[in-house]
Amino acid sequence: MATIFDIPSSNTSAFPVPKYDIPDMDALPAELLSTDEVLPDVAEIEAVRHYTNLSRMNYSVDTQMYPLGSCTMKYNPKLNERVASLDGFANLHPLTQPANAQGALALMWELASSLAEITGMKEFTLAPAAGAHGELTGVMIIKKYFEEKGEKRRVILIPDSAHGTNPASVAMCGFEVREIPSRSDGDVDINALASALDENVAAMMLTNPNTLGLFDRGVLDISKLLHSKGALFYADGANLNAVMGMAKMRDMGFDLMHINLHKTFSTPHGGGGPGSGPVGVRDDLVKYLPVPVVMKDGEKYRLEYDRPSSIGRVHSFYGNFLVCVRAYAYLKRLGATGIRTTAETAVLNANYLRARLKNAYNCPVDRICMHEFVLNDKGLPNGLTTNDVAKRILDYGFHAPTVYFPLHVPGAIMIEPTETESKQTLDAFADAMLAIRTECSENPGMVHDAPHTLPVKKVDAVLAARKPVLIWKK
Amino acid sequence: MSSIPENLKYTREHEWALFDEEGLTCTCGITDHAQEMLTDIVFVELPEKGIEVKKGERLAVVESVKAVSDVYAPVSGEVIEVNSRLEDSPELLNSDPYGDGWICKLSVKNASEADELMDARAYEAHVAAGD
Repeated sequence: MATIFDIPSSNTSAFPVPKYDIPDMDALPAELLSTDEVLPDVAEIEAVRHYTNLSRMNYSVDTQMYPLGSCTMKYNPKLNERVASLDGFANLHPLTQPANAQGALALMWELASSLAEITGMKEFTLAPAAGAHGELTGVMIIKKYFEEKGEKRRVILIPDSAHGTNPASVAMCGFEVREIPSRSDGDVDINALASALDENVAAMMLTNPNTLGLFDRGVLDISKLLHSKGALFYADGANLNAVMGMAKMRDMGFDLMHINLHKTFSTPHGGGGPGSGPVGVRDDLVKYLPVPVVMKDGEKYRLEYDRPSSIGRVHSFYGNFLVCVRAYAYLKRLGATGIRTTAETAVLNANYLRARLKNAYNCPVDRICMHEFVLNDKGLPNGLTTNDVAKRILDYGFHAPTVYFPLHVPGAIMIEPTETESKQTLDAFADAMLAIRTECSENPGMVHDAPHTLPVKKVDAVLAARKPVLIWKK
Repeated sequence: MSSIPENLKYTREHEWALFDEEGLTCTCGITDHAQEMLTDIVFVELPEKGIEVKKGERLAVVESVKAVSDVYAPVSGEVIEVNSRLEDSPELLNSDPYGDGWICKLSVKNASEADELMDARAYEAHVAAGD
C-alpha cells in the first residue's frame, strides 16, 4: 500500500498554511533553511481514506483469534475500559491528598488483597510497570533480604525454558545466572538442580506452568531443595492464568512472585502497553516491598512511606493505576468462581487444540498441557519450517502462533488460545493448521512462498537484516 | 554432511582453530556445521585488536536471522588481527567459514591448550551425537 507521500499531489494546497505574521523572517540564517522537504499535499477526503484504509489492515483480538503462546492475548472486556474511563479514576491527580482519594486507594488495597488471596502471598505491591519490571523488583527484594542477613550469595538459578527477561533481571541486579536444564518430559531436571545448588545460590526463578505449558510436577521437591540451602524460590507469574482459582503459588513453595495484570487479568497489551507487574511476597519479605504501600486503618486508607527496610521506589507515584482499575473490574466481574472457570476453560481450550493437532505436527512433549502447548517443525516434508507454516496461517485469516520460543525446543510453534475462543473458532483454527499440514506434502511451494493474500508478501528477512533501509526517502 | 577439514582443531561449541607450524598463533572462526545451524548470518561483532581473552571467553558475536550466538575463544591469547571484511560482508561466514569467513587471529599463550581441542574425527563424532 502507498504511503501518504506516494499519493499524487493535488496541487490544491488542500491544507492552507497560514501566513507568517512574524515580520523578521529574513533574519533566519540560510544554512538553517531546508528546501528539499517533501510534504504530502492531499485533499482531506484522501487523507481520511488513506488512514481509514490503513486502520482496516489492523489485526487484533477484537477482530480475529490471536493464538500467540506465552503472550496470553485474551479478550479485554469493554467493561474494563468503561470503568477505567470514569471521571473519578481517569481525572484523579496523582498528588491528590489521600483523604480525597479514598476510592482509588480502596481499589488498590482491594486489588492487592485479591491478588494475595489468589496466590497465597501475604502482601502485594502494584507499583511495577510490567512483568519484567516486576521481576527486577523481585530480584531487588531477594538481594536486600540476603544483604540484611549478612550473606553474600551471588547466583540465581534459571531453567533453560525460562522467559528471556529472567536472566536479564538477574544480571541487572548484579547476580550471576546459572542455567538448569529441563528433562525430556518438560520438567526441571531435579538432579541437575541438586548439583548446581550450593550456599552461593540466592534463589531460583521458575515459571509454573512453564513455557511448554506444562505444570512442573516436581515443584514441591524443588522448593524443599532450595529451602534446605536457605535459598528463595521466585515464581514468574506469567502463566498464572492457567492455575488461578485452582492452586496457590505459595502452596507450591514459592516465596515471592510477580503477576502480569496485562495477561492474566485482561488489561491491554501489545502496542506498548502500559502493563502492570504487581509483586507479592511471603510474610517476612513484606518489609522489603517498594514504597509507598496502601494501608487500611479501620475504614480509612492511607499511603505508608516509612518502611526502613524497603527497596525504595520503583515507579513514580503508584504504578500504572488505570491498568489496575481494569484488572479490578475484570476480577470483580468474574468473582471467585469465575476466576477458576476462566483458568479451566483456558486449559480445556488448549488441550482441545493440542489433541486435534498433535498427530499432524510433531509434539515434543506429549502430555496433558495447561493453558498452552508447543509443537515444532520436526518431520515437516520438503524442507518446510516453522516460519513457513506461521506465514501460511496468515493467509487463512489467523494471527500466527508464537514461533521459535521457548528456545530449548528447536523450531517451536507455541499455541495459546486462551479462554476467549469458542469451539467453532478453535475448530476453524485447527482445520486451517491441518489444511496447511496437507499442503506441506502436496503443495509445498504454496506454503514456502506464503503469505499470498496480505498487503505485504513474503519478506526477505536476510536482505532486511543485512541491508536495512531505515529512513524513508521519496 | 558438513565439511570438517583435517588440518583444523575444534571446540565443543563449534569453533575451529588453525595453528601455525610453531603453534605461536592461531586463526579461528566458526565451523561449517555452526553456520548451517545458524542459517543466514546478518551481523558480526568482532573483538578489538589487542585485547586479551581467556580460553572459553566470548570472542565475537554472530547474529543470524534465527539467533544471536557468542563465539568463544578456542585458546587463551591476544587478538592480533581481525577480519574486518566481515563487518560489511557477514555472509562470508556462510559461504566460506574456513576461508574468507575467518574471524580473528590470536597469539597463543599456552601451547598446551591446543592439545585440549578436538581433532577432525572427534569433532565429527561430536556433531553426529547432536551436541
